[in-house]
Amino acid sequence: MSEAGQCWEPGSPERLFALSEDGGPARYKGPLDLVTLIVTRSVPDSGLQPEQAAVLRMCDYPLSVAEISAYLSLPVSALLVLLNDLVAQEHVEARPPVPAAALPDIQLLEAVMHGLQNL
Amino acid sequence: MDYRISDAYAGPRSEDYLPASAATAVKVVIVGGFGVGKTTLVGSVSEIRPLTTEETMTQAGVGVDDLAGVEEKTETTVAMDFGRISINERLVLYLFGTPGQQRFWFLWNGLFEGALGAVVLVDTRRLEVSYEVVGHLEERSVPFVVAINTFPGAPSYPMRDLRSAMDLPDEVPMVECDARDRGSCRDTLMALMRYLHSLTTAPPERQ
Repeated sequence: MSEAGQCWEPGSPERLFALSEDGGPARYKGPLDLVTLIVTRSVPDSGLQPEQAAVLRMCDYPLSVAEISAYLSLPVSALLVLLNDLVAQEHVEARPPVPAAALPDIQLLEAVMHGLQNL
Repeated sequence: MDYRISDAYAGPRSEDYLPASAATAVKVVIVGGFGVGKTTLVGSVSEIRPLTTEETMTQAGVGVDDLAGVEEKTETTVAMDFGRISINERLVLYLFGTPGQQRFWFLWNGLFEGALGAVVLVDTRRLEVSYEVVGHLEERSVPFVVAINTFPGAPSYPMRDLRSAMDLPDEVPMVECDARDRGSCRDTLMALMRYLHSLTTAPPERQ
């Protein structure tokens, strides 16, 4: 079903590969989600690309993949290539979102409701 | 606006950071047609100004745009606005506003995977937009509530009529929502959470 709509092709692979470290498929340590929280674990070194160094500077405190994408004005797909390299090289820590489940955990829902009530 | 000129990237303002203790995030997707008020809703409850993430869609230029002999692929940039609510020191809720057309959902891989659920925001003047949305969410088994955005001057219909016009199952909650009002948007999100809670605690009666 989800394949049915994929009549378009993902955008601009050449640009994405140009940004990635080795041009090959990213070393994948589990997929990063839009709401995976990224936290810097090392100081930017001179070997990094400007965009990667910008991520390290930005993520002293946790920021989601979506926020980094917005601040850097990079499409998420392009950013993910950079982030996968940074995660693989342990420049950043990735804090995964609550795992996908058919139905959410009751305690999680109650925590969210409690948080919303305080809005 | 205090971004440094020497820095090519305008990063977050200091107040836009999460605490170091933020350990994990959840997401809720706000779905609706163009101009229905998704970004307004997100902005009403978000602790940060809504941000925009973009993705590029490459399509063969057939049908929609007449490029008169130019057989190149066209690129369309599609934007998605989102906001954030810190639930507690460890947990963060992100709200993503996405267009109703399913073809956009593939752009942000995994947008719906792991999402707690969705709010379908409806403008009663353009009810037809929501048919498609509801169908797609049901197909993907994404739990959702329907929020009728109460635009000033928009015709007001009884919920029962809207439910039958949208062919919504009885158990799907419908609420009225003023996307400009923080309390109203919070109540809409609460309605989604209560619905999810009821789905989680009650054994499924059918199927």
